Amino acid sequence: MTVQSSSISIINGRLIDPANNIDEVTDIHISQGTILAIGEKPSGFEAEQIIDATDKVVCPGLVDLSARLREPGLEFKATIGSETRAAAKAGITTMICAPDTDPVIDTPAVMELIRRKAKQSGYARVLCTAAISKKLAGKELSEMAELAEAGCVGVSNAYKPLGNTLIEKRALEYASTFGIKVFLKAEDRHLRNHGCVHEGIIASRLGLPGFPEAAETVAVARDIALAESTGAELHFQRISTAKSVSKINRARHDGILLSMDVAAHQLHLTEMDADGFNTACHVDPPLRTLRDREALRQAVARGDIQAICSDHQPHEPDAKEHPFPDSEPGISALETLLPLTLKLVQEKVMSLPEALHRLTAGPAEIAGLPYGRLDAGSSADICIFDPEAHWILNEDNLLSQGKNTPFINWEFTGQVTHTLFEGRITYQLDEST
Amino acid sequence: MMKGNRQTNSKGQLKHFLSIDGLKRDLLVEILDNAESFTSLARQGRSVKKVPLLRGKTITNLFFENSTRTRTTFELAAKRLSADVLNLNISTSATSKGESLLDTLHNLEAMHCDMFVVRHASSGAAHFIATHCAPHISVINAGDGSHSHPTQAMLDMLTIRQHKADFTPLRVAIVGDILHSRVARSQILALNTLGVSEVRVIAPRTLLPYDARALGIHVYHDLIEGISDVDVVIMLRLQKERMSGALLPTEAEYFNLYGLTEEKLKHAKDDVIVMHPGPINRGVEMESAVADGEHSVILEQVSNGIAVRMAIMSMCLGAQQDADMEASA
Repeated sequence: MTVQSSSISIINGRLIDPANNIDEVTDIHISQGTILAIGEKPSGFEAEQIIDATDKVVCPGLVDLSARLREPGLEFKATIGSETRAAAKAGITTMICAPDTDPVIDTPAVMELIRRKAKQSGYARVLCTAAISKKLAGKELSEMAELAEAGCVGVSNAYKPLGNTLIEKRALEYASTFGIKVFLKAEDRHLRNHGCVHEGIIASRLGLPGFPEAAETVAVARDIALAESTGAELHFQRISTAKSVSKINRARHDGILLSMDVAAHQLHLTEMDADGFNTACHVDPPLRTLRDREALRQAVARGDIQAICSDHQPHEPDAKEHPFPDSEPGISALETLLPLTLKLVQEKVMSLPEALHRLTAGPAEIAGLPYGRLDAGSSADICIFDPEAHWILNEDNLLSQGKNTPFINWEFTGQVTHTLFEGRITYQLDEST
Repeated sequence: MMKGNRQTNSKGQLKHFLSIDGLKRDLLVEILDNAESFTSLARQGRSVKKVPLLRGKTITNLFFENSTRTRTTFELAAKRLSADVLNLNISTSATSKGESLLDTLHNLEAMHCDMFVVRHASSGAAHFIATHCAPHISVINAGDGSHSHPTQAMLDMLTIRQHKADFTPLRVAIVGDILHSRVARSQILALNTLGVSEVRVIAPRTLLPYDARALGIHVYHDLIEGISDVDVVIMLRLQKERMSGALLPTEAEYFNLYGLTEEKLKHAKDDVIVMHPGPINRGVEMESAVADGEHSVILEQVSNGIAVRMAIMSMCLGAQQDADMEASA
């Protein structure tokens, strides 16, 4: 890392801070890792370093609710070191990793290991949701109170549905006793069966096992009923269908404490992208129909979906080098989180401040974190991007260890030029290239 | 990713045979014509001399899923074309030792094979192998998951053509487990490409794929209604595991509703032909009187299987030979 200044002023940028409803050209002053002031330079303050952000957007560092960094246990796919560096390049300063590491995050010791590795790396904050059940086996409850004490943002089932509805009810009751938020991926595993693509025309034509819409909506309905009866605070991760959105909206209208997020790729791809057995588009939950994609986009625009996550899942090349059903699902997605979200602005789905809200204050609020905002006194986590810069994603400019993305050769407009994490510049675009 | 039309080379000749999807009618007709010229040879069996078309070529049967019958017809077809044949039953060797599909593939390439005949339980496996193997190798799909079994479909088309002069006026009904059937998917594509007037499928909803109509077929749930006035009835094999998967209650109820009997067959045209990819579950898909009756062409399908596979193998490796000549010129 380069020599760091302890005080920085970022000047002349378009500062967008959705949490505080700010969108104006102004300056931001940073000292000792925290934001000192917005606008006028405090008297007596002289920055050691000035970043000229003319024609650039200055926003809070992005908060990603769902990233897999693969460490511990799956370092052949990626490491905390490799992925936090990729996060810095992507403008992401806070990541919440899922508990499906090896060993599973079901003890404070594993959390501590991750925290220490992230601190060593120093490129981004790595938090986690802890396993809701021991070893994520869905049978016995994890020591949630102790895990919460150790700093997990909530408990989660990662990709593995809980064993049965009784266990789920008890997990929700136990979590709510201690005010712990539950992050669920809604899936009925019996309905899913071996499904690997949306149960639609592509599944029918290619003879691939279908993952029905009902495998998600049945689980959403069940989870809502249990949230209502237990009073637990529930967050739905990576929703993929239009019907899930409407069910969750209706329940929220009835006063049940619910929130939801969506993976960025679900807002751009559809089941058709998996045609030709394209394993790069093998994701879980699967890509759905155009109608679902439109409904998800509208829900993000309205703010019913409060967060867009990367659902980052880096893989070694071999993981995708199999016949479609045998390949591993997931996209290496940190570095396309902001670009894909900006595309929604370019496609007039929503305004830039709305889009940035779904990447900053929206997810931070869901996770109960004081990040994703530019208050005086808060951690100086900042993303600066050039909203007009054109670039093309390729394997060489992808920093993540996982090169598995269907967005190779996509053209994007909007490129991160600087990332600051806790007041330090952790990424700076080499503008000479 | 490889799409259907990537099966042909720049001259439109067959390079791989993975799926009917994307192949033009002319090419399907060419396969049928070539197969027809091999039928006499295929029927005469061992008293006839082999043709030397593929002398010096090595064809590897890569079977990741057991199938004695399909493998045997591919082997016979290859031998009648004078090729050397290597049979590998992978489910019992490499993959159980943890070797990946790609590793297996690269090992076989090193043995200088010219063609892989592939059967695999995963949909898309043959496309995967064709995408990843060395460029001089041709790949023939002998069945991948529920996706495709194009040589079976072509031998069925040959059998139909031998009985019905023209495809265009035909009504064809396919009865049974469409959802899990690679044979049905390939037949539907082939029949529609050859321009038949109507393809019907007859099954309960548990055995039909999502939005079946989008595949270019008419859906019936009643057997008699569905086979009324059809020229061809194709019965699909019913796997025993469909009962344990709660897709059907019993074989008896299936037979009552969808089993083909002489009585029910009277609703079809008088000159209807009855087909089945084999092996038949007598008393489940059809009664013996139909399987062995005057309308049945099931045994002809088996012998046509050898001719069709000879045609496809020689066409694929023929295209390969042209490419070799271009490369050396």
